Amino acid sequence: MRPHVQEGGKFHAFHSLYDGLETFAFVPNTTGSKGGVNIHDAIDSKRIMSFVVIALLPALFFGMYNVGYQNALAAGADMTDHLGMFLFGLAAVLPKIVVSYIVGLGIEFVVAQWKKEEIQEGFLVSGIIIPMIIPVNTPLWILALAVAFSVIFAKEIFGGTGMNIFNPALITRAFLFFSYPSAMTGDDTVWVAQEQICGLGHNVPEAFSAATPLGEAAVGNVIPCETICNSIIGLIPGSIGETSVIAIALGALLLLFTGIASWKTMLSVFVGGGLMGWLLEGVGGNQLEWWHHFVLGGFAFGAVFMATDPVTSARTECGKYIYGFLIGVVAVMVRVLNPGYPEGMMLAILLMNLFAPLVDYVFVQKNINMRAKRATKK
Amino acid sequence: MAKVIKLRKGLDINLKGKATKETASVECPGEYALCPDDFAGLKPKVVVKEGDAVKAGDALFVDKLHPEVCFVSPVSGVVSLVERGDRRKLLSVRVKCDMKFESKVFKTDGNVKALLMESGIFGMIRQRPYDTVANPDETPKAIHVSAFNSMPLAQDFEYALKGQEAEFQAGLSALAKIAPVRLGVSSKQTSKALLEAKDCDVYVFDGPAPAGNVGVQINHIDPINKGEVVWTLGAEEVIMLGRLVKTGKVDYTRTIALAGSEVKAPKYYKMKVGQKLSTLLAGQVSGSDVRIINGNPMTGIKTSADGFLAAHATEVTAIPEGANADEMLGWIMPRFSQFSTHRSYFSWLFGSKKEYVLDSRIKGGERHMIMSGEYDKVFPMDIYAGYLIKAIITGDIDRQEALGIYEVAPEDFAIAEFVCSSKLELQRIVREGLDILKKENA
Repeated sequence: MRPHVQEGGKFHAFHSLYDGLETFAFVPNTTGSKGGVNIHDAIDSKRIMSFVVIALLPALFFGMYNVGYQNALAAGADMTDHLGMFLFGLAAVLPKIVVSYIVGLGIEFVVAQWKKEEIQEGFLVSGIIIPMIIPVNTPLWILALAVAFSVIFAKEIFGGTGMNIFNPALITRAFLFFSYPSAMTGDDTVWVAQEQICGLGHNVPEAFSAATPLGEAAVGNVIPCETICNSIIGLIPGSIGETSVIAIALGALLLLFTGIASWKTMLSVFVGGGLMGWLLEGVGGNQLEWWHHFVLGGFAFGAVFMATDPVTSARTECGKYIYGFLIGVVAVMVRVLNPGYPEGMMLAILLMNLFAPLVDYVFVQKNINMRAKRATKK
Repeated sequence: MAKVIKLRKGLDINLKGKATKETASVECPGEYALCPDDFAGLKPKVVVKEGDAVKAGDALFVDKLHPEVCFVSPVSGVVSLVERGDRRKLLSVRVKCDMKFESKVFKTDGNVKALLMESGIFGMIRQRPYDTVANPDETPKAIHVSAFNSMPLAQDFEYALKGQEAEFQAGLSALAKIAPVRLGVSSKQTSKALLEAKDCDVYVFDGPAPAGNVGVQINHIDPINKGEVVWTLGAEEVIMLGRLVKTGKVDYTRTIALAGSEVKAPKYYKMKVGQKLSTLLAGQVSGSDVRIINGNPMTGIKTSADGFLAAHATEVTAIPEGANADEMLGWIMPRFSQFSTHRSYFSWLFGSKKEYVLDSRIKGGERHMIMSGEYDKVFPMDIYAGYLIKAIITGDIDRQEALGIYEVAPEDFAIAEFVCSSKLELQRIVREGLDILKKENA
């Protein structure tokens, strides 16, 4: 098989595809070159990305269940058919995952073939995060367009995974958010699936609308205590994967234990968000208590899975504290002080993606100055 | 009492096949080879012809830029081959040993530097910056010697030192005539010859690998600034210098650790620089899919049983090559036998006592730098390793200088290269960066 896909072989056009599948099935047998270390740690980027995907699964599965739950709730149907609700959610979410992977990985394969590089695993994670941060009613063609845009313009033109400035999954969402606002938040009809899929689920009466609790808060409504409880479990309208704090916490535990996500970044996001929430609560700027920000909307999901993206976050250890802290601050600031945008997490992370190199610059420059000073002292 | 410097960053890798502390002898007939490639940055000029008779200590080739720096034959015999490769690049000069082990006699009462250059020991000295053969025209601010190697399976110098304490001290004293000598000692070493060495400052280092790297020690004792030069010399070469000073004859004998999971009975052997490895390995290595390494698995160079003991190598290791391992679904399997610093594997469960058999596979594909902070955890210097590597990759010389490239050598990045999840060849990147920098600054 291999000779056919190598340079000059009959199927060379599929070289990157073959290579991707082979390294997926087997650990590469390549041995170390003459001059480098002769032994290597077993870790590689495939393993790391796979574990991030595993960490995302609890939130994804709960998200599927919640899609069914919201649908049943809206239709006023029987709330005890848990399996049915999950299957409905699965049927609603699966096409989005498939579209996201086919479009994103398709572009990755083509680029890898063209640049004669190996396929990079980064999109394994982006491709599953993207369906989790959009409303369930997002049309597939819009999703495909957004994924293509972000993979090409947020990642590949910079040189691929490891070189991108912005988190590709968030660029996808930002693209949707600004290009198709009605499909993203619009008239509050986007958060709950309203039609049967393959006989599963229920048809919801027309003119039904459900706002997210954050949306309610933004227009000045008081959030009942019950809603806060539900939002911890995750039974509220919202983007598919972001609702359940418990499921996200499970993923966070795995990421922190394996050391894939930096605890410094993650903790700082919550500290920053909490502090800002507390300050704004103090001046009476909004209806929410400071910790409500953690459990509503995409704050927890963003803090755990998006702010900690090693490529787009600060790379110096001290910088991670500042980077995370400012994400939390900006996210809550946008939520509370800008009534136009109920959710500020996406914008906060993208903004700090932009400033992460500046944060690092401060610390690297400190090291450079120390060295320069040492040289001139004598 | 010497000053103790505690290092926290680093990583000890526990490999199977450590050499037991007994020394055996090997036959030493046949060909010896001296390879210019063992001396980084050297432009060699051959000064012998095939058929010439040489004694131990006679120059085989010299440094083209500094012809007074000789690289000498380790044994007496006849020059059997001047091996050249593409574009007449000198690969090695081989000497057929006559088994008489006669040595040229040097005058030891004159200038130490001249003696070093004539006897070939100067060629063993490396300089920072650039980690190349030292330039005799420069005066170093200090000479650093590390008395221990913290890399996995490396030679235990304290064991090799036994019975040669006087020579070691003589070597240190001779070096002290050139520049202040600083000796880095491990906190685990107890030998008086090390801790109470004279004519030098002793510094004790306590911490995981790469604490034994002389570069790490320099960084903590007295970091190199731009424009400064420091020389470094292996601890065993100090013994060789001591022998020379005491007897006037050169003796390039080393106590080599033969180690690694594929070695039947790992122990120490007395060998001379340039000796054929087949004399050492005959009947010692089990299995066919084996990688023979001149040096330890972290910094050593892949060779074969037909190779020769490299000039600086203090150990020879044999590990599985693993080119036909065909391990399935590595991205998700538990892989209990693999060692990893990463918690997505289970090495953390087994503690630091478990000995691992690691083969030479890279175990992943090369990627751009993705994870952050990986290098810093195992890089015990006040340098941003990841940023320095990026500056080298992008060829930004001003930034390399600012980030401290003058202080590092490829070997300092060995552990970082081991843990790198993007599988970047850090040692090669640093070596090439230093070479380019040297050319630019020349």
